[in-house]
Amino acid sequence: MKNFSMPAALAAVGTVFCGTAAIAQDEDTSLDDRVNDIFSDSTGWFVNLVFSEFPGTDFPWIVGWLVVGAVVFSIYFGFLQFRVIGHSLALVRGQYSDPNDAGEVSHFQALATALSGTVGLGNIAGVAVAIGIGGPGAIFWMIFAGLLGMATKFTECTLGVKYRNEYADGRVSGGPMYYLAKGFEERGLPGGKILAVLFSIFCILGAFGGGNMFQANQAHQQISGVVGDFPGWITGLVLAGFVFAVTIGGIKSIARVTEKIVPFMGILYVGTALIIIAMNYELIGWAFGQIFAGAFTGLGVAGGFVGALIQGFQRAAFSNEAGVGSAAIAHSAVKTNEPITEGYVALLEPFVDTVVVCTMTALVIIITQQLITDPDTGLYVLNEAGDAVRTIDDNTGVGLTSAAFGSNISWFPYILVIAVVLFAFSTMITWSYYGLKAWTFLFGEGETKEIIFKVIFCVFVVIGAAAQLGPVIDFSDAAIFSMAVVNIIGLYFLMPIVKRELTSYASRLKSGEIKKFQ
Amino acid sequence: MSGKFVVGFDDSAPARRALDFAVERVRAQGGTIVLAHVLEWSPYSFLSPEELEERHKRRREEMERAKKAITDSVVAELEKAGLSVETEIRYGKTPEILSRIAKEKDAVQIVIGREGQSSFGARVFGSVAGALVQTAPVPCTIVP
Repeated sequence: MKNFSMPAALAAVGTVFCGTAAIAQDEDTSLDDRVNDIFSDSTGWFVNLVFSEFPGTDFPWIVGWLVVGAVVFSIYFGFLQFRVIGHSLALVRGQYSDPNDAGEVSHFQALATALSGTVGLGNIAGVAVAIGIGGPGAIFWMIFAGLLGMATKFTECTLGVKYRNEYADGRVSGGPMYYLAKGFEERGLPGGKILAVLFSIFCILGAFGGGNMFQANQAHQQISGVVGDFPGWITGLVLAGFVFAVTIGGIKSIARVTEKIVPFMGILYVGTALIIIAMNYELIGWAFGQIFAGAFTGLGVAGGFVGALIQGFQRAAFSNEAGVGSAAIAHSAVKTNEPITEGYVALLEPFVDTVVVCTMTALVIIITQQLITDPDTGLYVLNEAGDAVRTIDDNTGVGLTSAAFGSNISWFPYILVIAVVLFAFSTMITWSYYGLKAWTFLFGEGETKEIIFKVIFCVFVVIGAAAQLGPVIDFSDAAIFSMAVVNIIGLYFLMPIVKRELTSYASRLKSGEIKKFQ
Repeated sequence: MSGKFVVGFDDSAPARRALDFAVERVRAQGGTIVLAHVLEWSPYSFLSPEELEERHKRRREEMERAKKAITDSVVAELEKAGLSVETEIRYGKTPEILSRIAKEKDAVQIVIGREGQSSFGARVFGSVAGALVQTAPVPCTIVP
């Protein structure tokens, strides 16, 4: 094989690909159209219902639902997210973990895995969209909503651990479907099973959509933005191959490599953002001024300060998934005898995701002055359509983030592409697990049943990357937020149980019954 | 003087030399051998959600495997020779765990073997022996 000519082989492969690509693209278009038609006809009502707005406003009620939930939990637990951060960090550092439990899942590991499911495209692309439409003021409301969301995460993850299943063979798993079913039964309330089944159905749909097709689609857009346009099914097949290898082939090494690179990418991303902010230190005060002024006046953005508020709330809710119930699945495997400790740890998640990572993206975009202002009035200039702030080169979404980073560090957009692809991949792996857990809750465990789900999941990777399936993406987003409808109803009924756990734990911590190990 | 000798043990030749050394001392002066096997583990490693679910199960399997493959036969051999033996299989960083076991058991000494070469790797990353002598609560013997 030594004399095998690589360039010739590549050229041959290239020709074949280009040939099939042209055909596939034709087919894609017609397939797209057909799938779109079927989907919008049968699911349009559902999407419209979930994303419908309060009468006379642009405010989607689902965002209101999440924010109201976060406010209720914050008040009910006495704004504990602002009081217990120190203890949360001590728990993450293992100071309250029994050394004899070494080798079991630590608080840090549960948190890191849950974070790898939420930190992703939302933090990079979504924030840019929010700023583009709502201006810098959106950031104020995003942080505000992120801080409130910490209480929601606390509630759901405590319940996730409390009502998890510990199987005879030693596996541990849980999530909303289990706490809805078991928690309602324990309180003698009807309907827990129904909520659990509904949650599972939405979770499976959300896993195929937002946790899969959307990720594959955005990853492809990023890659083709750098190497030039090429058919999406190629990206889809490669990604699906990796997902297949990890979930069905059981090739743990790929997952392990990703799990190691993703946190590194996250740190690199935040680190670079900090460097850019430091390089423009004289503008930090001005940037915060813009954020505060924009939060209450809008500074000329479409929809005024209400527009900023809606964008901020929406971005926080979409990004940290507080209330959706997904993270409770990842958190429930932790080794602890006190469910409340995982709640303490989980509340750090919206903080890291929204208050730290999203804010970094936002600050870089603001500080590098990607948004165009009118020098006379200081207000933001709208684009031609009048629905968003005009940006340099008319960038939006990931393009805006990329341009902001690239304006100070020219090579960073390339790193960003790698980061986006890796974030997308790790989100897919995490969501394939969430979906699988919901699937086995509905259909029972069994190798064949699980493989069926995993194969369907891989097929959706290819579809997601290959096509622009607007209605499908809308539908999957709607499914993810329907999880939140079911989950938060459940949380309202189950929050007294969390309160009882909290009171008992807090008093034992105070009396010294719960001790530090190190 | 009799007492407990904690021996850092795996199925390597240096570990065997360390054990032989400890056995000689126990034969001469009495005491107990504490066979300590450490499974390297960091609570800060990253796991996939599936690995989280299976962690407890895997841990149980790994400990059973270590007991069967590494310590069981040696324990039988030492007991047959009329020596008193205890076993500890734990997760963590080797120097830290050996020190902790020595403290808990009120041991008189820790005995470990070493690979021999003062390699470049040991200089860069530090060695178990190096870390142990810095932190051990009791005298240590490093058997070459």
